[in-house]
Amino acid sequence: MANKTSNDAFVEFERVQKSYDGETLVVKDLNLTMPKGEFLTMLGPSGSGKTTCLMMLAGFETATHGDIRLDGVSINNIPPHKRGIGMVFQNYALFPHMTIAENLSFPLEVRKMGKSEREEKVKRALDMVEMGSFGGRRPAQLSGGQQQRVALARALVFEPELVLMDEPLGALDKQLREKMQFEITHLAHELGITTVYVTHDQTEALTMSDRVAVFDDGRIQQLAPPDELYEQPQNSFVAQFIGENNTLEGVIKDIKDGRALVQLDGGELIDCKPINVSKPGERTRVSIRPERVEYNKDRLQEGVHTLKAEVLEFIYMGDIFRTRLRVAGNEDFIIKTRNAPDQVRLQPGQQIEIGWLPDDCRALDA
Amino acid sequence: MSDTAKSGPVLAADGTPLKRSLARALRMQKMRALMLIAPLLIFVLVTFILPIADMLFRSVENQIVSDTLPRTVVALEDWDATSGETPGEAVFKAMAADLQEAAAAKIHTRVGSRLNYETPGISSLFRKAGRKVKKWDVEGDGPFKEMFLEVDDGWGDPDVWRTIQTYSPRLTNGYFLNAADMQKGPDGPEMRPENERIYWVLFQRTLFMSLVITASCILLGYPVAWILANLPSRTANLLMILVLLPFWTSLLVRTSAWKVMLQQQGVINDTLVWLGLVADDARLVMINNQFGTIVAMTHILLPFMILPMYSVMQTINPSYLRAAKSLGATNWTAFWRVYFPQSVPGIGAGSILVFILAIGYYITPELVGGTKGVFISNRIAFHISSSLNWGLAAALGTILLVVVLILYWAYDKIVGIDNVKLG
Ligand SMILES: Nc1ncnc2c1ncn2[C@@H]1O[C@H](COP(=O)(O)OP(=O)(O)OP(=O)(O)O)[C@@H](O)[C@H]1O
Ligand SMILES: [Mg+2]
Repeated sequence: MANKTSNDAFVEFERVQKSYDGETLVVKDLNLTMPKGEFLTMLGPSGSGKTTCLMMLAGFETATHGDIRLDGVSINNIPPHKRGIGMVFQNYALFPHMTIAENLSFPLEVRKMGKSEREEKVKRALDMVEMGSFGGRRPAQLSGGQQQRVALARALVFEPELVLMDEPLGALDKQLREKMQFEITHLAHELGITTVYVTHDQTEALTMSDRVAVFDDGRIQQLAPPDELYEQPQNSFVAQFIGENNTLEGVIKDIKDGRALVQLDGGELIDCKPINVSKPGERTRVSIRPERVEYNKDRLQEGVHTLKAEVLEFIYMGDIFRTRLRVAGNEDFIIKTRNAPDQVRLQPGQQIEIGWLPDDCRALDA
Repeated sequence: MSDTAKSGPVLAADGTPLKRSLARALRMQKMRALMLIAPLLIFVLVTFILPIADMLFRSVENQIVSDTLPRTVVALEDWDATSGETPGEAVFKAMAADLQEAAAAKIHTRVGSRLNYETPGISSLFRKAGRKVKKWDVEGDGPFKEMFLEVDDGWGDPDVWRTIQTYSPRLTNGYFLNAADMQKGPDGPEMRPENERIYWVLFQRTLFMSLVITASCILLGYPVAWILANLPSRTANLLMILVLLPFWTSLLVRTSAWKVMLQQQGVINDTLVWLGLVADDARLVMINNQFGTIVAMTHILLPFMILPMYSVMQTINPSYLRAAKSLGATNWTAFWRVYFPQSVPGIGAGSILVFILAIGYYITPELVGGTKGVFISNRIAFHISSSLNWGLAAALGTILLVVVLILYWAYDKIVGIDNVKLG
């Protein structure tokens, strides 16, 4: 990544490490390149170092090692207020002693902008987030969603090229969240802003981003567009973390022609696609998405291995059916089927046979 | 629902109007709550509210003259104080009767000392006359005017009688006039001569020095509170102990320590002389004057400034400063435009606390203030324990109380009392 040319890289992390206490590395060897205009989401469990990365980019934490570049210029020694990066904080951080309009006017004032120009820009920014009539209020007089929008407007009003958002929707209810997700992506693309967005909500990450960086243990586990991330997880952490996932454990028996034969711990054999396993005898964790499991014998490919399963629970969820099975000793094996007119509703206790396309079943590291 | 619209008031299940049964239910709750706080309420009432009320009353109370000299007061009513003549025989006769009774009850000296506050010398007139009057026959003897003048020429002075007449009402504004450096002249209140005005200067000095002390506390306390609020909590707690340490040391010890530091042969002067900054024969006078009082009181009152500031600053989320910087503000702008306004409630609370404590402070000015650095409270203490003029002390205290309330009101108008937070 480091050898990529700088002209299409707007934000670059090169071999960045960060330690707070000199004993443990919170960020271990981070490499990341973002082109201009990209909407990139950092997704990962709590404590995986997302906020830390954002703070290093914004200038509130210094990297212990490595180089961070913005538009080709190393920013390690540039103080935060000179970086020109817009930031939306998790708690919004709207100044409580200023009105909404004063909050938005603040970044323009410190840039010594004239009064009429300021008012013009503040008004435009507020209109952009549909908060035009709230300029005279204090932050405490707004609802959570309104505060969120003002925080967004404030981060954008001075027209930064890069905007960082740290879990900006964490405090909102589901409905408002979905609305705001749409509004944020819409605005970011419309204004052509490069955005780094932090969340630990995977739905949010999948629906909003151009690319998602999955963080764990201070490293990027996979950096890919949402569909690729979901359909082609590169390791078992990503497979587990993104979406619902069934796992079965076993040992590689044979690998050839892009197919792996896996013997599960119960002795059954299945066909998989090898991802990060290389040789027979290795332990593996096999991952299958619930919606890719098939139990209708007519639709199964010929010659593939099938598994016996017992239905434990059938849950009606409206648009889909969710069925819990016991498969190869795993009692949490889930399958999802669409609620179509000809769909069979399985009964608890029923014995069935399940299978899948070998390409949908990925053999990952154990 | 429908019967509400028809029949007006909503009824509870038992048929009483809902409002009344709600009030009854709430009254029970209120009574119970009141009973819980009753001990404290009574305690506060007895030990705090009543004494203040008593003090307010004492500053205008003046029953002693009309109680002790009832006949004289009546007889003096028609006497014209501006005539410049001694009152007639009737007045002296009434006085003889009153004094005889008072002397029998041994209370004639009290009224004498009361009137002595107003016109020095009256006390001895009453004492002498009280001794003689016991032997007089109030009905048969006379004329009493001559007999009184025989006891002491002072009784012929119209000023003495004017004082008695002026202070015969049961309520008086005399103490307040006194406290405001005024006196009752023949034609109503007038200012005292220039060289007798002491309280006005003292009030001014007290206010001025309290303001200076408050300002010094803000200047010294703000950075300390800021550091405390921004350090990791373990270090902050340690430093907090240092801030609180003075609280655990006797006030007298702390004040005396300043004497050691500041006197002419003290640590600071010695150091300055040793450094050659000050000549040995020109050592600085830093104690027994206003400077000494300000230094010592700033030190003593500093914790009262730091604590509210600290607790307010602790509640200021550091992300505000970060947000300001990310929006392009320099460190100074971020502090001044974002952090400082949010810390103002702490400054307000600390200032009110320190100012009100300072304005009534007494021990430290007494010890290190000399004559130029004493406060009005030292004068009040003097009147309470030495001159025993409680009425004047009460009037001075009342004025002090009113001044504080006015300043509090002004503060509310200017800064807003909602802008005061203790955390
Ligand atoms: N100021 C700090 N001092 C010491 N350790 C810190 C500090 N800030 C974060 N850490 C540690 O660094 C690790 C990563 O923290 P970070 O805040 O980056 O996580 P995150 O991915 O943002 O998590 P979350 O989703 O919960 O916000 C955590 O283990 C945390 O304890
Ligand atoms: Mg975080």
